[in-house]
Amino acid sequence: MSTALLDVQSLRQTFPRADGGELLVLDGIELQLGQGQIVGLLGRTGSGKSTLLRLIAGLVPPSAGTITYLGQRVIGPAPGIAMVFQSFALFPWLTVLENVQLGLEALGLPEAEIRQRALAAIDLIGLDGYESAYPRELSGGMRQRVGFARALVVHPNILLMDEPFSALDVLTAETLRTDFLELWGDGKLPIKGVIIVTHNIEEAVLMCDRILLFSTNPGRIIREIGVDLKQPRNRLDPQFRDLVEKIYVAMTARAPKPPLIGAAPGTVATSIDTILPRVSANTISGLLETLAGEPYKGKADLPVIADESSLEVDELFQIADALQMLHLAEIEGGDIRLTDTGKQFVDAETDDRKRIFQRQLLTYVPLAAHIRRILQERANHVAPKSRFFDELEDHMSTDDAEETLRSVTAWARYGEAFAYDDDSQTFSLENPT
Amino acid sequence: MRVIMPISVGAGWARLFTRWELLATLLILGLLAFLAEASRHLLQPLAELQQQPLSLDPSHLPEYAARTTLRMFLAMGLSLLFTFTYATLAAKNRHAERLLVPLLDILQSIPILGFVSITVVFFMALAPGRVLGAEFAAIFAIFTSQAWNMAFSFYQSLRTVPSELVEASRNFRLGPWMTFWRVDVPFAMPQLIWNMMMSMSGSWFFVVASEVISVGNTTVTLPGVGSYISLAIAQRDLAAVGYAIATMLVVILIYDQVLFRPLVAWADRFRFEQEAGDLPPRSWVLDVLRRSRLVDRLTAPFAILWARSMRARWFDRGEAYKRTTRGKAGWAPLIWNGVVLALGAVALGEVLGFATTGVSLADVGTTLLLGLVTLCRVVVLIALASCIWVPVGVWVGTRPHAANIVQPVAQFLAAFPANLLFPIVVSAIVVFKLSPNIWLSPLMILGTQWYILFNVIAGAAAIPAELRAVGTNFRVNGWLWWRRIALPAVLPYYVTGAITASGGSWNASIVAEVASWGNEKLEAVGLGAYIAHETEVGDFHRIALGIAVMSLFVVLVNRTFWRPLYRYAERKFRVG
Repeated sequence: MSTALLDVQSLRQTFPRADGGELLVLDGIELQLGQGQIVGLLGRTGSGKSTLLRLIAGLVPPSAGTITYLGQRVIGPAPGIAMVFQSFALFPWLTVLENVQLGLEALGLPEAEIRQRALAAIDLIGLDGYESAYPRELSGGMRQRVGFARALVVHPNILLMDEPFSALDVLTAETLRTDFLELWGDGKLPIKGVIIVTHNIEEAVLMCDRILLFSTNPGRIIREIGVDLKQPRNRLDPQFRDLVEKIYVAMTARAPKPPLIGAAPGTVATSIDTILPRVSANTISGLLETLAGEPYKGKADLPVIADESSLEVDELFQIADALQMLHLAEIEGGDIRLTDTGKQFVDAETDDRKRIFQRQLLTYVPLAAHIRRILQERANHVAPKSRFFDELEDHMSTDDAEETLRSVTAWARYGEAFAYDDDSQTFSLENPT
Repeated sequence: MRVIMPISVGAGWARLFTRWELLATLLILGLLAFLAEASRHLLQPLAELQQQPLSLDPSHLPEYAARTTLRMFLAMGLSLLFTFTYATLAAKNRHAERLLVPLLDILQSIPILGFVSITVVFFMALAPGRVLGAEFAAIFAIFTSQAWNMAFSFYQSLRTVPSELVEASRNFRLGPWMTFWRVDVPFAMPQLIWNMMMSMSGSWFFVVASEVISVGNTTVTLPGVGSYISLAIAQRDLAAVGYAIATMLVVILIYDQVLFRPLVAWADRFRFEQEAGDLPPRSWVLDVLRRSRLVDRLTAPFAILWARSMRARWFDRGEAYKRTTRGKAGWAPLIWNGVVLALGAVALGEVLGFATTGVSLADVGTTLLLGLVTLCRVVVLIALASCIWVPVGVWVGTRPHAANIVQPVAQFLAAFPANLLFPIVVSAIVVFKLSPNIWLSPLMILGTQWYILFNVIAGAAAIPAELRAVGTNFRVNGWLWWRRIALPAVLPYYVTGAITASGGSWNASIVAEVASWGNEKLEAVGLGAYIAHETEVGDFHRIALGIAVMSLFVVLVNRTFWRPLYRYAERKFRVG
């Protein structure tokens, strides 16, 4: 019984890029899932953890490497691997019962068995009485229960969960998590192992036996952390807090990409291929002000500020990234601290803030500097968006290129570094006067 | 799944026939009788048909109406079949898609009446000497007026099935057959039903043209409302025209109540937006069918068979990965491209051969000029119709009560064949000595202007209440209100309607540029009149040329004007 349920060896995933090259999403992934284990895949947006889940589910073929499930190569959607989706993925035209029966019907089981098993799963997951309801009549929590029942009813060996609680409000998510862990602990679930994707650090520590930390661009496993705490786990337990803090440090230690952290103030980095976080200038000012104010006085513990400002960790990381990129704050050992420029920014009036922002933007964000330089070089000071878009697409996926351009546009507008006209899809130096 | 009980004897009749049961039984028997009556004549020899000439006696109208309706529904069945196969292939097969989608786009712009004249010969030859051949031709003509937009809508729905549903269905290993019926079709259903309703309305216009079929010197008249209308016009019988209009109204009301309303009410569950919306649409027919246990019993065996079929793994390629866009596809695409190229070459040869034998360069020049004339008409008419219907539509759309009344009326008017107005228009032109070149034109837009109205009403109704409140709050009135609030908000909707209206007007020009009332015959200069004239003469080369030029105009106008406008409107003015 000691054989692994799932064995992933040197897995690599690339997606085709617009210029014909390849974009590396996952690299060198090694992963084993043993009997009775819950393994968490923890990482930030863009770390490819959801892609990994889809590879394991056999929805997408890997570019290289192997996935072995119970000794057999995975070559497509395998029986015995079921998935729970972030957005529930229920069929709105089927009732709760019909949604749950779907997977069994696909197996071609006799009708009596389908019905009996579906009702049993509905009963187990606490959906009694909702059999004939349509998904649109249910609350988010109830919908995800249907998602769980639908996955469990086919008696999978492995349950894959793709951020199953992140679309729910905090209380509902907590209830569902606790219910799930109770059923799992009591051995009532017909599953042998679980892989859960999450970006919520506390959730990972609450649920998992092992946590794999992912880096971004490309996604690699940077660290494996075992969790030996006994279930049910207590968030206030000092050991629990330590673990959370440790993961924060591990995750933020790698946040900035090399050219930024190495660049001395005043020098211009030459690479424009950094994916810019989608953070508005308002959010940036908001976090800076929070940091400067009581009780932080310019320095805060990331888990604490995430909790206090009720930000998802992932959002907080994105904002922190933006601050660090603009040299308005720096992150070290799970702490975030205002820089001198950051303090100046907070103390300044609107117009001065814009001036400071513009300076930081043009100094430390190579793409902004690049666009500005091109605009200055051109006689009419106008350049089409597509020109920069094509350039970015050589380095990143189409979606990332779109996002990055949107971010730089939003920042440039705030800092009045250059203007963008959506009708003509052009950048220009002229702001309407 | 409901379990079928063996028929119980004890509590028997009282429970077996509730009010609903009786009504439901009646509905079903009525449908059967209608089908039997309407299809009885199909196998008749043609000669026999010609011995019983069409009569303008209104007592025949119910029968004629039944036969016309049956044709329309058979065509609808074919259109559905076409939709489910063609659009599915286009959506699921990347190689097929590259050819099928542009093909559909062109098919959409070919004037439907052109199809009739060209395909008749083929269908008549399928069942020589029998009514069946002519019926085929008529049904095919109606089919061509229904199928394209349905196929397009279905294709677009299939392409936009939410990715999480696709992943879920693959994760739970539904076979292709089951995926199609449990995922794809339900998701596409609301959009498809809406398009079916539009198609039904639109096809009335062509019923008149398709029921009187001329092949060379012989004319086959299939009994139906359409041929009744032609006869009434030929005999200048105003009363008969009135009866025909009344019959159409009744037929439209019946199928709306018995078919489309229940469908719309039933399909409400397939709406993808998961929130419980406004009041769901209701239908008394659907209520009757749902409450009747008899209907349950009759349909239960089929339902079980249907459910069983879901387990079948037809078209299943096993548990392999679904082929994605990358990967080495091997020889298949090469062979496919080769086949397409070969087909293209053969088609080019055919076209060139066809063109060089019966058409001169002068003909091409003439048709292009005539096309320009008709283009002028279409442009002016669309502009005029927009000036009238956009303000009306906004007015109606911002008043829900008015919208409830106007929408169904507009839907009926959209079905109204232009031919029915010939008597009035032709008499007026003759009496007042007007120019047919100008005064026949309004007939072109008669049936299609309503699409502008529907869409603008829908657009105005969709303006969020907050936006209107802002307008009131800041006292944005008069022209400023129109310029800043109403017109931008309805623009995307207006463009959608105007595209349909302009395409439809081209189509209608074949009927509208030539009008007759008894012996009085008026002709306007234009491409439509050209095609109509060549059809009468039976010059297939010139018909084909006329159709090709008209399609060219439609495609060009769509590509250079409507599409860019639509994209602009969508990007800039789509609210929400």
